[in-house]
Amino acid sequence: MKPVDILIVGVGGQGTVLASKILAQVGLDMDVTVKVSEIHGMSQRGGSVVTQVRFGQEVHSPIIQKGHANVILAFEKLEALRWMSYLAADGQMIVNDQELDPMPVIIGAAEYPEGIIDKLQDALNNVTVVNALQLAEKAGNIKAVNVVLLGVLAKELDVPEKVWLKAIEKTVPPKFVEVNKRAFQLGFREAV
Amino acid sequence: MKTLLSGNEAIARGAYEAGVTVATAYPGTPSTEIVETIAQYDEIYSEWAPNEKVALEVGIGASIAGARVLVAMKHVGVNVAADPLLTFSYTGVNGGLVLVSAEDPGMHSSQNEQDNRYYAKFAKIPMLEPSDSQEAKDMVKMAFAMSETFDTPVMIRTTTRIAHSQTPVELEERQEVGIKEYVKDPKKYVMIPAYGRMRHRFVEERRLRLEKESEASPWNRIEWGDRSIGIITSGINYQYVKEVLGHASILKIGMVNPLPKQMIIDFVSRVDKVYVVEDLEPFIEEQVKSWGLKVTGKEIFPRTGEFSPELIAEKILGSAAVKEAAAAVSEDIPVRPPVLCPGCPHRGMYYVINKLKLKVTGDIGCYTLGALPPLEAMDSCICMGASIGTALGMEKARGEEFSRNLVAVIGDSTFMHSGITGLLDVVYNKGTTTTIILDNRTTAMTGHQDHPGTGYTVKKEETVEVDLAQLVKALGIRRVVEVDPYDLEKVEAVLKKETRAAEPSVIIAKRSCALLDKSSRPAMVIDQDKCTGCKRCMKLGCPAIALDGERVSINYTQCNGCELCTQVCRFDAIEKAGEQ
Repeated sequence: MKPVDILIVGVGGQGTVLASKILAQVGLDMDVTVKVSEIHGMSQRGGSVVTQVRFGQEVHSPIIQKGHANVILAFEKLEALRWMSYLAADGQMIVNDQELDPMPVIIGAAEYPEGIIDKLQDALNNVTVVNALQLAEKAGNIKAVNVVLLGVLAKELDVPEKVWLKAIEKTVPPKFVEVNKRAFQLGFREAV
Repeated sequence: MKTLLSGNEAIARGAYEAGVTVATAYPGTPSTEIVETIAQYDEIYSEWAPNEKVALEVGIGASIAGARVLVAMKHVGVNVAADPLLTFSYTGVNGGLVLVSAEDPGMHSSQNEQDNRYYAKFAKIPMLEPSDSQEAKDMVKMAFAMSETFDTPVMIRTTTRIAHSQTPVELEERQEVGIKEYVKDPKKYVMIPAYGRMRHRFVEERRLRLEKESEASPWNRIEWGDRSIGIITSGINYQYVKEVLGHASILKIGMVNPLPKQMIIDFVSRVDKVYVVEDLEPFIEEQVKSWGLKVTGKEIFPRTGEFSPELIAEKILGSAAVKEAAAAVSEDIPVRPPVLCPGCPHRGMYYVINKLKLKVTGDIGCYTLGALPPLEAMDSCICMGASIGTALGMEKARGEEFSRNLVAVIGDSTFMHSGITGLLDVVYNKGTTTTIILDNRTTAMTGHQDHPGTGYTVKKEETVEVDLAQLVKALGIRRVVEVDPYDLEKVEAVLKKETRAAEPSVIIAKRSCALLDKSSRPAMVIDQDKCTGCKRCMKLGCPAIALDGERVSINYTQCNGCELCTQVCRFDAIEKAGEQ
């Protein structure tokens, strides 16, 4: 497969870490060099979180430079806007059309920017908007938003579907495998 | 076959392969997963110690007794363990001992960004610094051999990006090295002045041998490239330099203490311009400059924060070297700071503290998040365990009256770590401080580790569950009250009563961390007909409560059904979903 740099951004608690685990497993199964960087601890308590996944023949830095990400997988709209400058000129933005208000917005100290999806579409060439929450509900668990989004990402990567499903089996606790497979397939087939 | 491991997992694997039989730590980001991973190996006794000083002392005992031992902690944990460390340098080891110091440039989850390379220099012990997980594993193994050869503890330094980045690692088999013979040797292990003086001479002689070792170390190497530009670097910055300045000549330092002086002198003499690329302090740079060499470092690089590939490119090559992004962000984007989770048992306590307008000396844990808006319920936060001593100091400076509106707030794990001695001081020196122990039954911020109060070991074996109430009573506290922090009325009554008391008191607010509480409760909804928009519920600082114009609503994907908002609402407008 081609070298690819993927930035997964979202809100602590949304499941970005599990998504990156599945993604890393896919890279291993495709026999490329994989490096993943994530931050544990404080930011996982509802803060802005970013996980970086790099696939390639030779990868040095585990973190992606600004303007270099081939794909940004944004679990939340505001986070898509925040990390937009990391996207390469021909990169793909996949954004979950979900709004989670950060505390400054909740308490009225800041405003949640209006029309984020329009702004992303104006600024970027390739934007895919997904209602992942709706699809996760359809799959049977609102927490499966992360795997729905992986399904959407899967369409951008040159990896057979069965490799993804196998990676989900290897990574997710047994009792959640079926719901996550459903979520993946909904993202893969039904999201626009 | 290669497998993907984080730096922490690789260190754990290295310890396993090196034949380690004892591992001990206190959890702290970014070090926690080291012993968490080691605990999965049946061959290794592993433990969560109550704090880093005890962890190292257990490690020292195991080493003297002949075992190979790994001890892990975050950078500030080494401050706690510094007392045994500085003298353990004198005694040296029997079985090898490796101390991992996991540091946090950029302060992703820490109270400072101290540079612990100075500890290695201070203690005159070797320090190795890996650049990826493979090196982390290999260095741990080599560090054990070095520890035993040179009769010294060995430090391994990681930073967040090494500890929490997953990179490929080749696994090898475990080598059983067994336990070394134990022979009583007071001149080596009893550090009374007479023996200490002898051991200090040994330490200085060992320092010279280690300097020679560093020159020959396979971890210090030159990768020749373009001779017009030379980079001296270590750790994660080596990877960043390879990424953006792959053409340059690079002196990669893996053994950062002591430095390979002659190798550096040779390198500098054979390239035109030399940069030292290191986070935080000019540890390498100052030494290199002290040898009369001309290098560039902190003249262009910051001493604060974490480096990145683009920062290195920009400082050395100029801003033209940084790639154009698809789009820039032109507007102000609201920050998204971490918050107390929905259903967090700490929230109710802070709400009442604010209602009573109390001053708060805080401590280190999830509850430190109560310092941020809208709760802003914290006046100070310094280090693990500091809340209680700080509160007593405030009382002694400003008088008992001041203490009537002051509480010390500390978590259960932090209290076990280093709050006990502070409370002892309150009792002994006639303080009247009110201490609130937020007992959420776990070490939450680092990812839910057990501690002496949970009744389980790191291997999830049942053990004695230290009774907090009995413990504080034994220290001499007569007023001890337990309260459920979800019961706001009760919390308020207790807080009023205990802060008024002219003697020390401890309030134990006991309820499991919301992330561990698996009981599923229906989300709450706001009855828009009853809601007056008074925003009282928003003072809770709950991330599930959102404001849309003047309308307050609850995000069902976030709400955990704790019902605190129902308790604070004066219009009965908040009810369980499905009950309206």
